[in-house]
Amino acid sequence: MTATLTRQAPQHAPDAAATLAASTPSWSRRAKNRAASAAVVAAVALTAVPLALVIWAAVERGSARLDLTLFTHSMRGVVGQGGGLLHALTGTLIITGATAIISIPLGLAAAIYLTEYAGGNKLAAITRRAVDIMVSIPSIVAGLAAYALFSLILGPGTRSGLAGAVALAMIMIPVVVRSSEEVLRLVPADLREAGLALGSPRWRVIRKIVLPTALPGLTAGAVLGVARVIGETAPLLLVAGFTDAMNYNLADGRMATLPVFIYTQWSSKGLDTAAYDQRAWAGALVLMAVVVVLQLAARALPPQIAKLRRNR
Amino acid sequence: MTATVPNPTAAGQPPAPTAPTEAASLAPLASLAPRAAERLNPAAPAPGLPKAPGSMSIRDVSCYYGSHLAVADVSLEIPGRAVTAFIGPSGCGKSTLLRAINRMHEVIPGARAEGTIALDGADLYSKGVDPVAVRSKVGMVFQKPNPFPAMSIKDNVLAGLIIRGAKPRAAAADELVERCLVRAHLWEEVKDRLKKSGDSLSGGQQQRLCIARAIAVQPDVVLMDEPCSALDPISTLAIEELMRDLARDYTVVVVTHNMAQANRISDITAFFSLARAGEPGRLVEAGLTADIFSAPKVTATRDYIDGRFG
Ligand SMILES: Nc1ncnc2c1ncn2[C@@H]1O[C@H](COP(=O)(O)OP(=O)(O)OP(=O)(O)O)[C@@H](O)[C@H]1O
Ligand SMILES: [Mg+2]
Repeated sequence: MTATLTRQAPQHAPDAAATLAASTPSWSRRAKNRAASAAVVAAVALTAVPLALVIWAAVERGSARLDLTLFTHSMRGVVGQGGGLLHALTGTLIITGATAIISIPLGLAAAIYLTEYAGGNKLAAITRRAVDIMVSIPSIVAGLAAYALFSLILGPGTRSGLAGAVALAMIMIPVVVRSSEEVLRLVPADLREAGLALGSPRWRVIRKIVLPTALPGLTAGAVLGVARVIGETAPLLLVAGFTDAMNYNLADGRMATLPVFIYTQWSSKGLDTAAYDQRAWAGALVLMAVVVVLQLAARALPPQIAKLRRNR
Repeated sequence: MTATVPNPTAAGQPPAPTAPTEAASLAPLASLAPRAAERLNPAAPAPGLPKAPGSMSIRDVSCYYGSHLAVADVSLEIPGRAVTAFIGPSGCGKSTLLRAINRMHEVIPGARAEGTIALDGADLYSKGVDPVAVRSKVGMVFQKPNPFPAMSIKDNVLAGLIIRGAKPRAAAADELVERCLVRAHLWEEVKDRLKKSGDSLSGGQQQRLCIARAIAVQPDVVLMDEPCSALDPISTLAIEELMRDLARDYTVVVVTHNMAQANRISDITAFFSLARAGEPGRLVEAGLTADIFSAPKVTATRDYIDGRFG
């Protein structure tokens, strides 16, 4: 770059050329530059190494059991080889779905309140602070809270998929509030004004203009929230528990989930330890695939968010 | 300070046929200004004669942002079915007053207005009047074109009805969309891509789309805050022509920094100013545009129009 400049400059301004030549970086400065770039590249590579390791390990050890049985069978009556994670995959879908159904309306409502109605009032400040604290609650504490809540209502020691969903919702709600609030703030104020100026009440402007405009971003935020909780293990271990069999009923009894499946396969191996190891790794592979798919889905929406940012 | 303005409906002339002929509306703008002046007979109308519909009467209006007085004691008659221009230096409260007219001012937290603003004799600020209803009678077009990005061109026109949950049936909707787009001088340019997003239009087309959107809810008055300041000269000319045309059916109030534009398109000009920064803006004088531009009564007006404003 510098070299090109010095070569071209003389045609136009010899003085400038001299200045530029004089300002060509010294050897030591160029060396420092190179060292810095190399350090940055190395840091990036180092960050990528664990990711590569995780993927490699999961594929290497999990692919052995990536067969049809894995997706068509539960662990009911299985000792040793065979069996599958259908019950855990189903449980994960049901519990995460319930979590989303609880978290998205609540989180979105809070975000709408914060951006559209609250202004700078006290309740808004309290809500924001509460969200900040909820974000940093350790997930095991969310699990304990849900456990305590359901023990109070249904008697001590009850476990259910619903309790798991409530625990996960405590983790997901603040994620949804934050991402939705950020996206709603990107909707230009003049669209709201234009809506109001057409003679319609504020809540209708929010419903018909603000939310549709923000929809891609809101969806992306919700999907990332799901991706965030779908791998949670500790709270589910506490309140949803584990079972070898299918359970479609959220409200009744223990429900298996993928993370807990992985944990139990790994931690309580039978005699044929290889079979349990392989199932654990296959479960990890499936869970990772689900998370990656969710991440990609969320990534597919941002062009529209970027458009909002540009138009602001 | 009160500035009364003669009613545009000339004495002895029936109020209805103020609309120019089709040919005249296509004539170059230069020829429009004298015609406008002609139309507004400066001779005061006989008392009791009906005003043109859509006329507004602003009395002792003051606008506040919190405790900050932004506009003080404005009284002004805005004739119906005519173009009224608000001119004046930056910060003198033109936008604030304009937004007070359709009760958009109070949307800003802490903002409020005092006084009365009447549309065809009915005070928009009296107790029990729903600001939402006021805004459907008094529409607004903003400085920056702001079509709704999540809606098609067609739905943008229908937006006022869609938002209210009153979208008409297919045939009626099509008819309304065509009528408003024709009225906004946009139909020919967009009739083949009504399903496309409003974002796909040029700035000038977007602004005309916003005008179509504003008139689709059938207001009596259309307020425009510097509607051309974000547009190129050609688009500006198109909007100016449109504003003249709109004044056949609507009362148009436009804020502009462009003196030539005010002179070209308006029937009435109101000049606002403020003593110094931080002081409230006040109405200095208002009258027929021809008079304000040729023989203003106040030197401050002359200085501003001539570009000698300090
Ligand atoms: N949202 C607001 N909050 C507080 N004060 C405001 C707000 N908007 C405008 N003001 C103040 O009100 C006064 C009038 O502003 P206004 O925007 O009406 O002026 P204007 O004549 O439209 O100016 P311009 O020609 O630059 O658009 C100014 O002193 C301005 O600082
Ligand atoms: Mg303004």
